[in-house]
Amino acid sequence: MPAWQRERKHQEGMKYKQYFLGIFRKLKLAVMDLFPIIVVVVFFQTVVIRQPFPEIGEVIFGFLFVIMGLMLFIEGLEIGLFPIGETMAYALAKKGSLLWLMIFSFALGFSTTIAEPALIAVAKEASVISSGAGLIEDNKKVMDIYAMGLRLTVAFSVGLAIVIGVLRILKGWPIYYLIVGGYILVMLMTIIAPEEIIGLAYDAGGVTTSTITVPLVTALGVGLANVIKGRSPLVDGFGLIAFASLLPMIFVMAYGLFWF
Amino acid sequence: MVDFIMDFLLILLYTLRDVAPILLLIIFFQVVVLKQPIPHLKKVILGGVYVVLGLAIFIMGLEKALFPVGKIMASQLSDPAFILTTETGETFWWSYYWIYIFAALIGFATTIAEPSLIAVAIKADEVSAGTISQNGLRFTVALGVAIALALGTFRIVTGTPLFMYIIVSYVIVIIQTIFAPKKLIALAYDSGGVTTSTVTVPIVAALGLGLSSAVPGRNPAIDGFGLIAFASLFPIITVLGYAQFMDLKTRLLKIKNEKNAV
Repeated sequence: MPAWQRERKHQEGMKYKQYFLGIFRKLKLAVMDLFPIIVVVVFFQTVVIRQPFPEIGEVIFGFLFVIMGLMLFIEGLEIGLFPIGETMAYALAKKGSLLWLMIFSFALGFSTTIAEPALIAVAKEASVISSGAGLIEDNKKVMDIYAMGLRLTVAFSVGLAIVIGVLRILKGWPIYYLIVGGYILVMLMTIIAPEEIIGLAYDAGGVTTSTITVPLVTALGVGLANVIKGRSPLVDGFGLIAFASLLPMIFVMAYGLFWF
Repeated sequence: MVDFIMDFLLILLYTLRDVAPILLLIIFFQVVVLKQPIPHLKKVILGGVYVVLGLAIFIMGLEKALFPVGKIMASQLSDPAFILTTETGETFWWSYYWIYIFAALIGFATTIAEPSLIAVAIKADEVSAGTISQNGLRFTVALGVAIALALGTFRIVTGTPLFMYIIVSYVIVIIQTIFAPKKLIALAYDSGGVTTSTVTVPIVAALGLGLSSAVPGRNPAIDGFGLIAFASLFPIITVLGYAQFMDLKTRLLKIKNEKNAV
């Protein structure tokens, strides 16, 4: 075999080696991410609860799935979700139309929240609690309207939250005035809102942002802060998710006030 | 095996449904408004496929492995056999100590594995040029969730009103905001919202529901809520606290160096 062929073969071998080393490294990271869960589950099963492990085969099988899924997801984040979020941010900023940017922001918040399974479950639960407490009529139609109204309220508030957050990045308003103002509003609403809705309203803030929305929204914020002169991606780019978890609380309590 | 494939296809369908509005929105804006090609389109599409497939496999695995076990454990730990009772058969708030330990540890562990937190941590690492390390941020947030769930289960056991805890925490956050270095405030606020997602919410919901139906005098419909609110509030406190701590450390170091220079 001539030298150049040997050299080429060697290079190709190295390429595969690099590739597999890369995969192996990512696999190791995913395993390490799940390591704490495995430790906690094993500790409680063997030391504290001391009962035979339910369906051990299925559990191990499931964990392999979790590791594989996490690895794929993170890979997809870096080559798909982050770049598309940033590309959209650049393109919208370059277009220079505030209206379209606002429409995009609102639509992103609204459309990803309205179909969020966690929200659908919470809204249904809320209608059951409210009718149980005698706050709304105990018939299916009223309960359905109530649940749908709640979903629309939360989705609208998330859309508005992204709009406010994007405006903040454009104008460079300091985030703490807005958030602290929001907190004070939540506290005031807590005093006047019906007691049954408060726990639900607080939880509604936490469930609105799904696993696919978060990376996209984060990339959008950081991308915008990157292209707009005078904004720092760290100081101004973050904060969209904070608004998306704060505004639903205020709006759900207002919804409660409106119904009762 | 057929069941298994059907399960997977169903989850894949749900994931696709979640992605559909985002996809439509992006396509609409690209075609109608921006009218520009996306750079590296093939790679981006591949990334999108990875995300959907990865998330579906991830959730499938959680449903087979973690959720059933977590739910069984939550109910076993709140079982009367597990609660310390005194000779007179009374229970006190500390009788449930295994619950608090479990809540804190499982909260910590599920937060470390939360995909949306990983995404935010990657971005924060990137834009801070490594000053905020990925693992450092995730650890601090997970610590916040651990404290939140221990306190949240304590609240369910004692039946103390939720709004009091929330208002006190808000006051703490506001005071911290005044004194914390301004650079990290937005990131700290964000880390509250991302902790409660795919992995944490189902386990936390099972814990709240199981505990509030096991403790005498609690109503699951009312007292079961609040754990998620805690878990999205306390990471803000720990991340701001960490930022303050680092700020203090650099300031002390500066003073020390100045003294040495003199």
